[in-house]
Formats: sequence, structure tokens, C-alpha cells
Amino acid sequence: MTSSFIHPALIMIVGACLLPMVRGPFRKPYLFLVPLLTFIDVIYLSQHAGIYGVFQFMDWPLTFGRVDRLSMIFAFIMSLMAIIATIYGMHVEDEWQHMAAWFYVAGSLGAIYAADYITLFLFWEMMAFASTFLIWARKDEEALAAGYRYILVHTFGGVILLLGFVLRYQATGSLSFEQLNVSSPELYTWLIMAGLMLNAAVPPLHSWLPDAYSKATAIGAVFMCAFTTKTAVYTLIRSCSGFEVLIYLGVIMAIYGIIYAVMENDVRKLLGWEIVSQVGYMVAGVGIGTTLAINGACAHAFAHILYKGLLFMAAGAILTTTGRQKLTQLGGLYKKMPATMIFMLIGGLAVSGLPLMSGFISKSMIITAAFESHLLWAGFALTLVSSGTFLAAGLRLPYLIFFGKNNCSQETWEKAEDPSWNMQLAMTIGGFLCIFLGCYTPFLYNMLPHTEVVFHPYNSYHLSETIQIMAFTAFGFFMLRKYVMPKETTSLDLDWFYRMGGRAFLWTVQNPLQWFDNVVGRFYKSVGINCLMITSAFWSWFDWNGIDGVVDGTARCVRAIGRRVTIVLQRGEIQLTIYYTISFVAVILVAYVWS
Amino acid sequence: MIVNLIDYLQDRLRYVAYACYAVMAFILIWSMTVDTSHAHTWAEKMIPGFWALFGLGSCAIIIMVARWYGKSGIQAREDYYDK
Repeated sequence: MTSSFIHPALIMIVGACLLPMVRGPFRKPYLFLVPLLTFIDVIYLSQHAGIYGVFQFMDWPLTFGRVDRLSMIFAFIMSLMAIIATIYGMHVEDEWQHMAAWFYVAGSLGAIYAADYITLFLFWEMMAFASTFLIWARKDEEALAAGYRYILVHTFGGVILLLGFVLRYQATGSLSFEQLNVSSPELYTWLIMAGLMLNAAVPPLHSWLPDAYSKATAIGAVFMCAFTTKTAVYTLIRSCSGFEVLIYLGVIMAIYGIIYAVMENDVRKLLGWEIVSQVGYMVAGVGIGTTLAINGACAHAFAHILYKGLLFMAAGAILTTTGRQKLTQLGGLYKKMPATMIFMLIGGLAVSGLPLMSGFISKSMIITAAFESHLLWAGFALTLVSSGTFLAAGLRLPYLIFFGKNNCSQETWEKAEDPSWNMQLAMTIGGFLCIFLGCYTPFLYNMLPHTEVVFHPYNSYHLSETIQIMAFTAFGFFMLRKYVMPKETTSLDLDWFYRMGGRAFLWTVQNPLQWFDNVVGRFYKSVGINCLMITSAFWSWFDWNGIDGVVDGTARCVRAIGRRVTIVLQRGEIQLTIYYTISFVAVILVAYVWS
Repeated sequence: MIVNLIDYLQDRLRYVAYACYAVMAFILIWSMTVDTSHAHTWAEKMIPGFWALFGLGSCAIIIMVARWYGKSGIQAREDYYDK
């Protein structure tokens, strides 16, 4: 059986590596074919659950392919979204973007099938690095800076995860990626959870998301909105389900995200904030941890990838054709972009949970799970957020882009049009799936990991509840809409600390540290150098006159004595020389005899 | 086609609003006839149109909190980080 295992991530990686060589008329079919093959592989694997791809690496067995119902549903939606997003980006000539996107998808699929922390970490980092290039591909200064912030934050998260699983290895001797003991959490449990949480954009580790997604390229954001956070939700389900703190964090996250979404002016940042809010539902579901809640988290992740992808595709269409993504520079576009408007409305209504749409059948599972676990406050808070979601994405966003006051400049208005065929095709697939999931519930429900759970979203009470909330939210929006008009502002968030913290660090380096360095430099110059000069001048003098004086003086003395002796004794007269010599010998003889 | 429909409706906003009010009234009346055995709390069973009130209240709370929060200094000038 193992021989028939081809890792779906491998298909994406090989596909990405060969992509630059496939040119001209072959490029577009190739772009469609590789994600399709991956998708077929994922479906094939889902029929053959088991453990595949086990390799021994030093002391540790690495498991690349754990295929069970949980990994199956996530791999299914990821590879499906890879097809849709690649179709959406088919017109893009820049092969680097496609390669980065496919490596990113491969990272996500690899992390989903990984059964040990080393493999998970490998693919986790692959995701972070590949997606950074989707931001940098925008090639302006803002995107460059946002990309650096993104990669730094994710590296930080990766290091926390690494720290966590290394500590766990030390404590338990196991590297297998499985459910942690959340009832008595150790330090490593918290660290692993924090590392995974950063990718799920759980506060206070969430600010990277709206920042990065609003700066990425149009197709980059479509890929990014699907993979990072939902892969993180998968890993949280795998390791931390039932961790109570996640309920609180999830609810806070849902509320926090929606408040920022209502304030936001930048279309894609608004959608980013809404991801934070929607992932809050999933995180809360993971925290509740009952079978219904886990099924709900999976179903919501599945539905969320499709409708959020659709919303980002519509926003990307507006960005691509008009070059604008601020609400204060858009408005009244229904005349120019009717198809885009319909897709954005479908996405907006699906995220709001309108009956017969995907959000309705997935979100309600988590809320019901909260009520059934007697977490009334969580249930009511999440229902409140669903009203806010409709307000932000179902009403405010389409109203300000397509209706409302026309803020478009002449240039924007002229450029605005429905996007190219491939973008419309991708949006059609996404829109169809949003409605299909909502209308035909078994399609999604049969894929969920806990098969024993039975859930029926379409009962009259639940329908009445949802429709009441939506109708009166719409009424509230209509009455209070002047308070949510976009303003040309940026909303400060926790990224303030690292953006300004970085700046404070730079200031500290540039000012006090630089000053200190200058002072030391000047002190050294005036005092140090002079001292050194004086000292060396002294030693030079001492060497010349002292040491050399002694050595040379001795030599000079010997030479002077020698010369004098020579002058006296060697006159060149033989008789005197003989006289001196004999006298000298005589003196010595006399002295010898006498003694 | 859809553009014409929207233009048509925009010219008759008053009637659209009336239609919406009628739909809201219908939803409220319908909600009182619905079987409440699936309700989670007593409030849902006792208060007619509970979720309508909840929806309206949520919407107002979120808008007002966002407005207050934004005004408290969170909404800064667009070039805040470029200074």
C-alpha cells in the first residue's frame, strides 16, 4: 500500500519547480492541471485511510502521511481552493507568484498530513516563507515592509512552536503530533498552543493578518486567506481540542475582529479583520471540544475558505481593474461591475449565514454546541457577532462599494469593469459552491470527522431566529448607517507595539547609542590618541637615548679605548714595539718569580 | 439587466422601504407562531420577537462600540506609520 502513496504536497512542489519551463500556450493548461492532479490525489487518499510515508531520520521516525477523516476534510478543501485560486490567477504572467503560491499550498497540505512535529515544523515554515513572496510580489514599498513584518512575526511563532515541541520531547520523549493533555497543561502545552495560535491569528498574536493580507497581490491574498489560518485551525483541532482557554480567546477574537471590520476603510483589510472574527468561531469550537463543536469547527473552516476566497476574489477584481481598495475611493460601482457585485453579495451573505448559504449550516453548529455545553454567554456572544458579520460584510461592504455615494475619481470610474474570464470563472465556482453547500447539506456533513453526530440546521425555530436577526440587523444598519461611513483613517492595533517598538529600537540606536558611540569616539580621539602619541614619543626617545644609548655607548666606548691603545702602542716603530713587549713579559716574569 | 433592475428600484426607494417594513412585520408575526421547543433559554420562549430585538440591539451595540472605540484614538491618520 505504501508504494501507491504519492504525497499531494510533492505534486505541488514538483509542479512549482517545473513551472518556469512550461511556457507559451502550455502555461494555462499546466496551471489548471497540477492543482487538479493534487486534488485527485487527495480524493484517492481519502479512500485509503492509513499511515504512509514513514522515514527514519536520525533517532526519529518522520511520518509524512497520516490520512484520517480529520486530515481528509482539510486536505480536500485546501486542494479544491488551490484549483479555484490558480484559475483566478491564470492571467498572471509572473511565474514567481504561481511558484510561491504552490509552495504555499504544498506547505499547507504537508502540515495537514504530518503526524510528527518535525515534519509539521518543516511544512509550517515552508508556508510562512512561500507566502511572504506573495506579499513581496506586489513590489511596492508598503508591501516590502509588510512582508518583512509578516515573516518576522511568523518566524517568532515558529520559534515558539519549536521551543514547545522540543520541551515536550525532553519531557515525554515523543515527537508525535497528537492530542495534548489539555486538562493539566505544562509549559510546553502553552508554548505549542501559542505557536499554533499565532498562525490562527488569535489575539494578541493576530495583527499580522489584516496588515499582510491587505498588502499582498490580488491573487496572493486569495491564496493567503484560505491556507494559513485554516491550517492552524486544523492543527489546533488535532492538538488542543477541549482546551478551555480557547473558548475565551475565540469569543474575544470574534468580537474584536468585527469591531475593527466595522471601522475599516481598506476593503481587503476589512475582509482580513473578518477572517479574524470568523476564525474566532472555529477557535471557540476547538475550545468547546465536544464532537459537535469539532465538527462545527471543521465545517466552518470548509465553508469559510470558500466564501472568504470568493470575497477576496471580488475585492481582488476591484483592485486589479481600478487599482483602488479603499472605500473612500470607491462607490456606485454596480453600473460598471455587476458580475463582481453579485459574487461579493453571495460571499457576503454566505459569511453572514443566510439560510441556503454555506455559512448557515456551519456557523450554527458551533453556536449550537456552545448552547448545548451550557456556555450561554459564548452562544449569545457568537450570535451577536453573526449580526455584526452581516453588518460588516453583507451590508456595509457591498453598500459602500457598489451603491451609496460614488467616491470614484474619473480615472477609477473609467477603468472599472468586470474582470477577465478566468477571474469570473473562479468566482463562479466559488459562488456556486457557497450556495451548493447550503442547499445540499450531506455534501459537507458526510465529510466531517465525527460521523456519529447528527445535526439538522433547517428547523423552523433556527430559521426564524436567523431571519429575525438578519432582518433587524439590516434595519439597524439602515437607521445608523451614517455612523459607519468610511473615513480616511488607519486603525491602530497591537501591531503598534512592534511597529513603534521597532521604531523605538531604531531611535535608541540612532540617538542615545549613536551619541554614546560618538562621545567615546571623540574622547578616544582627543584623549586616547594624544596619550598614545605622547607615550610612544617617550618610548621612542627612551629607546633611542636609553636602551640604544647603553648598547651603542658600550660599543662606542670599546672602540674609543681600542683606538687610543692602538695610537699609543702601535706607532709603527719595530724597536719600540719590541721594547714594550719585552718589558711587559719581564714585568710578568718578575711578578711570577717574586710571588 | 441587473443594472436596470437596481436603477428601477433606486428610483422607487420609498416603495422598496415599504416592502422591507412589510417583510419585517411578516417575519415578526411568523416568529411568534414558531415552535420554541428548540430554544436554549427561557427568554427566547417568553419574549416575542426575542431574536429580532437581539439582532437590532447587537447591530446598534457593535456600531456604537466601534464608533466610540474609533474615536477614542484608535482611528489615526492614514499616514500615521509614515511619519
